[in-house]
Amino acid sequence: MLVSLEIIHHLGYLEKEMVKSNTVIAATKEKEMVPCARDVLELESTFEKLEQELREINRNHAALRQNLIELMDIDSLLRMTEDFFEEPGNQRCSPNELFIAGVIKQERFPAFEKVLWRLFHGNFVLRHAEMQATEELQAVRGAVKKDVFIIFVQGDHVREKIRKVCEGFRASLYSCPKTLYEPKQMSTSVMTQMEDLRMILRRTEEYRAGVLTRAAEHVQEWGSKVKKMKAIYYTLNLCNIDITQKLIVAEIWCPVSDLTLVQSALIKGSEQSGSSVTPVLNRIQTQQTPPTFNRTNTFTEGFQAIIDAYGVGTYQEINPASYTIVTFPFLFAVMFGDCGHGLVMTLFAVWVTSQLTDVVIGGRYIILLMGMFSIYTGLIYNDCFSKSFNIFGSSWCVLSMFHPHGPWQNETLHEYHHLQLNPFVPGVYSGDPYVFGIDPVWNIASNKLSFLNSFKMKMSVILGVSHMLFGVALSLVNFVHFRKFQDIFLQFVPQLIFMLSLFGYLIFLILYKWCITLRSETAPSILLLFINMMLFDYQSEHVLLYRGQVVGSSLVLAGIVGGWSECKFTLSHLQNHDCALQQKWLPTAPGVSMGDIFVYQAIHTIEFCLGCISNTASYLRLWALSLAHAELSEVLWRMVLQVGLKISSGMGSLMLVVLFAAFAVLTVTVLLIMEGLSAFLHALRLHWVEFQNKFYEGSGYKFTPLSFDSLLKTQQ
Amino acid sequence: MAATSFVIAMSVMTLFWGLIGGVIPWFIPKGPNRGVIVTMLVLTAVCCYLFWLIAILSQLNPLFGPVLTNDTIWYLNQHWQ
Repeated sequence: MLVSLEIIHHLGYLEKEMVKSNTVIAATKEKEMVPCARDVLELESTFEKLEQELREINRNHAALRQNLIELMDIDSLLRMTEDFFEEPGNQRCSPNELFIAGVIKQERFPAFEKVLWRLFHGNFVLRHAEMQATEELQAVRGAVKKDVFIIFVQGDHVREKIRKVCEGFRASLYSCPKTLYEPKQMSTSVMTQMEDLRMILRRTEEYRAGVLTRAAEHVQEWGSKVKKMKAIYYTLNLCNIDITQKLIVAEIWCPVSDLTLVQSALIKGSEQSGSSVTPVLNRIQTQQTPPTFNRTNTFTEGFQAIIDAYGVGTYQEINPASYTIVTFPFLFAVMFGDCGHGLVMTLFAVWVTSQLTDVVIGGRYIILLMGMFSIYTGLIYNDCFSKSFNIFGSSWCVLSMFHPHGPWQNETLHEYHHLQLNPFVPGVYSGDPYVFGIDPVWNIASNKLSFLNSFKMKMSVILGVSHMLFGVALSLVNFVHFRKFQDIFLQFVPQLIFMLSLFGYLIFLILYKWCITLRSETAPSILLLFINMMLFDYQSEHVLLYRGQVVGSSLVLAGIVGGWSECKFTLSHLQNHDCALQQKWLPTAPGVSMGDIFVYQAIHTIEFCLGCISNTASYLRLWALSLAHAELSEVLWRMVLQVGLKISSGMGSLMLVVLFAAFAVLTVTVLLIMEGLSAFLHALRLHWVEFQNKFYEGSGYKFTPLSFDSLLKTQQ
Repeated sequence: MAATSFVIAMSVMTLFWGLIGGVIPWFIPKGPNRGVIVTMLVLTAVCCYLFWLIAILSQLNPLFGPVLTNDTIWYLNQHWQ
């Protein structure tokens, strides 16, 4: 293990160097074989050699660069002294006088000057000039500004003092020529030295680039090899070594259907490595719970992932992921419900799936299905960017409201701004509803929401109760599989009867009221009916929905059922209690009496009953979100696009372009992304809480075999 | 009974989704994905049919009509026949 840590360290250094020098790292296309133990040593030596080489190159490079900087300093110094000496009056210098020349950072210069003043009481000459920042200088030294200075001072003994001051200010000193002719000589020699250095530097850089490019061809391959080796070592560490120190014993979990595959892989492995001992695979019994393994392909793994995010299924319980493939996009679409937006989403998902095949985006199939279902629900809601289609002809006829069929005269239109169509006037409503979806007349009606709210609320309740009944039915499958037949009788049946007697009855009322013809003045409200049923209020003034309406029975039934499920745990606890007593070795836990068990079960029963009601109400979010989406869509149309379409001046076309751009941006960000995320989240919550708490335990742990594919994928 | 558009629509849709959910699953070839595909077909048929059914039943016997502005009424008089 230590070995691989060092290798990873070397590899990291290599990659850093490559990035610094902008070398292109080639991507490997072929799949490499799994590395064996020999490769480890080989890779290790290669890496060490490469690293040493690179370090040496870098050291040399740094040293050369330092030299170059010094030479450049001397060069500009010389130029400055030349200028200085050309000034009249400075030609001579007496032997007593002293020059000191050097380079200092520009920001330190004022302080430097002050210190010198204090030291020599003005008895010196100081000249400074900014160093020209040539491009090369910038590249080599960086953006630090430096000044060149010369100090003339009297006396020999001050040399040390000045040197100390310069050291304090980190100024670098250089020896300076005394006469006029020396500068020229020094200048030329410095120039040639600089040229040489530059050439050497270039060569060094080229050499380094060459080394790195050669290494870059392999670095990806090496990287994946190292990762694989690390994974193999980690897995091997989990095994035990036999007493003879020659064998490795491993206890593994393995899917039963894959046993033959594992057997053949073991044989193949032993053949390839040339060992004499064939590995042996035995099935053993164990008390531990095995991990949960659900086989997925690229299509189903997204859905399995969102189920596992809540909790990995208990070993061998039913997997809701296969049903979630359809119900999740469907519930999303009920809340999203716009065929125009759904079309955009589908096209986006198709593009992602087909184009970006190398980058695996986990949710692309989820988005594809969500978009396709949204197109369908959008067509049924008759909502496309907040406009409706009129394909089959509306069922509502305005003409029949006028004389002689109906109450309206020609003047009625002038008198009133808003008029309501009356479906009970013959001819106004054709008797046949619009065959596919919501009638297009509602889109242009002012009371659209009155109708749509009633429709969507009832739809949410129907869909919600169906979804929950489906969940309860899945719990039956679980009971049958785990052979808990008692639970079928004591838990599944009471739950079913309770839900059906209350919410099934509600759905029956809804459907019945939809299917019969009523006069609107006398039509009873289902809500009031239900409330009255709960309060056992049967006043005869209220018109009953149908003859012989016996509502009390369903409530009594629900009550019976509640007590029934309470018996369940009581019975099972009693049984356990009895068993234990019979075995006579049980010290009865004090305080666990019949009363406690009863209370515990009462709480459970109440929790279930109230939970049913609150879960059903929770499904009303299907209505709420689809209303919000429709309203947002309409606002965008009315406030943005319609304004542009209504402009009658010549500038209208230009304004329309601008407004359409705004419309498009707002549609994508607010309606598609924000509303999409919101509907996604709520559909997910409906699945995780309201659907899954009817049957799902989710207390297992995931089966995680060593997989090179997933290892390399996660690294990328 | 006269073939009203409601009856036609009801029978066509029931037949269509019944086909998708009840007949096609028998013809899916055996393979590792057969279970998933059959589940998907049945659930899609059930969900979509139920949703369509709710939409059409809710409009079967309306208790009130749409409220329109007089401009809209005038326009519809001319154009929606």
